[in-house]
Amino acid sequence: MKTLLQAAAALASGATTSQALTAHCLTRARADETSAFLTLDEAGALAAARASDERRARGGALGPLDGVPLSLKDNILTEGVVTTAGSRMLEGFVPPYDATVTARLKAAGAVLLGKTNLDEFGMGSSTEGSAFQKTRNPLDPSRTPGGSSGGSAASVAARLCFGSLGTDTGGSVRQPAAFTGLVGLKPTWGRVSRAGVVAYASSLDQVGPLAHTVEDAAALLSAIEGYDAADATSAQHPRTDLSSLKAGVEGLRVGLPKEYLVEGMDGEVAAGVRAAAETLKARGAVVREVSLPHTRFALAAYYVIAPCEASSNLGRYDGVRYGHRAQGARTLSALYEQSRAEGFGPEVKRRIMLGTFALSAGYADAYYRKAQQVRGLIRRDFDEAFAQVDVLLSATSPVLPWRLGEKLSDPLAMYLMDVLTLSCNLAGLPGLSLPCGRAVGGLPVGAQLLGRPFDEATVLRAAYALEQALGLDFAPVGGA
Amino acid sequence: MPRADWQVVIGLEVHAQLLTTSKLLSGASTSFGGAPNAHTSVICLGLPGVLPVVNRHAIELAVRAGVALGCEVARVSEWSRKHYFYPDLPKGYQVTQYERPLCLGGCVVFDGPAGERAVRLTRIHVEEDAGKLVHEGGASLVDLNRAGTPLIEIVSEPELRSADEAVEYLKALRDVLVWVGVNDGNLEEGSFRCDANVSVMRPGATRFGTRCELKNLNSFRFIRQAIEVEAQRHVELLEAGGVVEQETRLFDPQRGETRPMRSKEDAHDYRYFPEPDLPLLVIGDDEVHAARRALPELPRARRARYVEALGLPAHDAQVLTADRAFSDFFERCVAEVGEAKPVANWFMGELSRLLNETKTPVTQVKFGPAQLAALLRAAKAGVVSGPGAKEAFAELFATGKDVQRIIDERGLAQVNDDGPLLAAIAEALAESPKNVESYRGGNTKLVGYFVGQVMKKLGGKGNPRRINELLVEQLKG
Repeated sequence: MKTLLQAAAALASGATTSQALTAHCLTRARADETSAFLTLDEAGALAAARASDERRARGGALGPLDGVPLSLKDNILTEGVVTTAGSRMLEGFVPPYDATVTARLKAAGAVLLGKTNLDEFGMGSSTEGSAFQKTRNPLDPSRTPGGSSGGSAASVAARLCFGSLGTDTGGSVRQPAAFTGLVGLKPTWGRVSRAGVVAYASSLDQVGPLAHTVEDAAALLSAIEGYDAADATSAQHPRTDLSSLKAGVEGLRVGLPKEYLVEGMDGEVAAGVRAAAETLKARGAVVREVSLPHTRFALAAYYVIAPCEASSNLGRYDGVRYGHRAQGARTLSALYEQSRAEGFGPEVKRRIMLGTFALSAGYADAYYRKAQQVRGLIRRDFDEAFAQVDVLLSATSPVLPWRLGEKLSDPLAMYLMDVLTLSCNLAGLPGLSLPCGRAVGGLPVGAQLLGRPFDEATVLRAAYALEQALGLDFAPVGGA
Repeated sequence: MPRADWQVVIGLEVHAQLLTTSKLLSGASTSFGGAPNAHTSVICLGLPGVLPVVNRHAIELAVRAGVALGCEVARVSEWSRKHYFYPDLPKGYQVTQYERPLCLGGCVVFDGPAGERAVRLTRIHVEEDAGKLVHEGGASLVDLNRAGTPLIEIVSEPELRSADEAVEYLKALRDVLVWVGVNDGNLEEGSFRCDANVSVMRPGATRFGTRCELKNLNSFRFIRQAIEVEAQRHVELLEAGGVVEQETRLFDPQRGETRPMRSKEDAHDYRYFPEPDLPLLVIGDDEVHAARRALPELPRARRARYVEALGLPAHDAQVLTADRAFSDFFERCVAEVGEAKPVANWFMGELSRLLNETKTPVTQVKFGPAQLAALLRAAKAGVVSGPGAKEAFAELFATGKDVQRIIDERGLAQVNDDGPLLAAIAEALAESPKNVESYRGGNTKLVGYFVGQVMKKLGGKGNPRRINELLVEQLKG
């Protein structure tokens, strides 16, 4: 049993119980060599499993997630369960409330096993930026699972659970999905509530599922999407219509952005995307090249806007009310400086400094405002492309999963890895990554599909068709 | 100091707390006082993951203030984050409005030392308040009860030209805000706060001098004093050949001086940018129109009407419009009674006295306009005497009982019929033949004595005017 819907079916048929499934997952998680989890909430998970079994016995099962073990990225708040955002700053922080997505999963009956590792505050592409541990790629333990939702990806790919929620600010759900052979969906900005999600860059952050299949991802999206009065930016938009998920791609117009064939792209990645395009064409899609002319400015704009918002969002971590407080500070400014110097890791500090600089008087026009202008141009590029095609197809990451430690000393090289995913966040679009090929050595190649705002349905439909046609399967090292 | 050689220039920034029951961006209570941090929620504590949700009632009040002050209400305005580090600011930024405020323009009209003045407003924007720090026994304690309370900041153009004008401006502004129910006008509790930007220049100069911003001005007296000493400081500096440094200064009421708080170099770089957690603030035409329609007659207009239409003295108009509910009640009573001045007298006299003594809000007065009208008619018709009417009014105030019943129960009705009055007069005159003789001999002052005697016989209930008239006739003999 691998997928979420398989687990749901087994629970529905009585072939297994939630308690049995949960015990199985916990046993695997305790023995996990990828270091996917930061916290396992064994007692909470077993209690939820018991409640689920009792519900089902009474004939009151709630839906496909009821009783299914899942994991949450550790920047999604869980009432009573430590939430660290991968940072020393929040070591031991026990939230007094659930994120809206946590509450919605609980309401759907899901069993939440625990909290998964991430780059500190979601800032990174390899999960090596966690203050606590490095997570390995279940498909090749010498390599990164990607990031920042690397722990979530590893927990699913290593089959420690049946699905996970990550967050995606510039590719942090899609790229780890690509690196671990999973499906990862970043919904339209506003589709899923951000309430109770530790903010990195508010105008870019979005919660999204990581799962083995497109259908699993769709089931998770259904559970968490929709307006939330606690998030003023969440959209009053109809739910994603999944009725045509399996309707195929006959006549679907698929665009290949020519600017996304970036220099330095791995040959096997390029080949995987070409194969995906051919597959869609063979299934009746109309594939054509399109242009997103401002793509080359996206990375720079992103690495201004995201740090600006981060520098603001992380101002609250001051050691005054909660979180890490430096000992022995004798003045207020020393308290701030020492608490933040000790509590934040190097990448977080780098982004806070970049953002603080880019927002300061005299520089904000040249950086922050200019970046916002670029953002407008990038949105317009997408508007124009989506006047011609229904979805866009590209690689998710220009390269295959790299070896742990390989890019740690070169932050800029790490930033470049986000080049294909971050425009989607700048424009607020839905984006999905799914496996489209197997490279030499068995590593997965990820393809990215982008859609119009709130058109997750079409993205999922195209992804489903591709998934079915390709029939790829990735197993963790050491077996399932 | 040759003050005539210098012109003071003042611009004011007023922070007025909006009268909402919950905070601007969270559901926590806005009550004043309470145990430290009792009125907080995860949102005003700035916990990880919290998001703001705008309190629409606060926006409704801000729009009302804008309409009352004649501002242009922006149909689309924008929230911004203003950043600085201080323990009273839980998120490390304040949610405010910066580039696109809710209201532009408008003005405050008041009577200055040289007649009516209309000082223009630059803008009004909405923002959240910070918490406060309490320094105690070598420790600093943070109280976030006030953090997140909704404020409007009302920024004037630098058009005020004296400390007196500044104070009159503030009083008029406060009048309007309190009148329309946006603010409680309380300076001591800090729900109406003022910062003053002060500079001096030579009369007729085309450029303002360097300004200083004064803080900690929590009474009208301190505001006047602070502006005067600050202007004086500038003049002395400049006349001694010095220069004024742009800085923020704190007024010390004990010493009656201002002292530097932070210089321009130390000024915060607030790193404003649009708040990504909140959509643009959109105000519908219907909301603005509704606010305009619901706008009451404002105190200045009402005062003018009292003088012009009701024929009241300016002083009466001023006193009667000091409080809106008081004034509204006055109007209802005037409508019932049919003339203004007697009602005004009762309102400024007995009613005000009793309201003060019993600390009763005028909205909880137990009698209605019809009852006051009945009492005034009884007094005018001589049914009750002046003191009797006061006594009846006190009872009316205390119980709200029917006026006639009060007069009956308390036996306040006067004897107006000549029959019993003449009988009592005859008795009184018969008892004091010597005094009658003395009166007739020219000591007419004795009429007072006789009135007293007659009144005694009537148990104090005779109509004194009629007794007087009849006595004079009878004594003519």
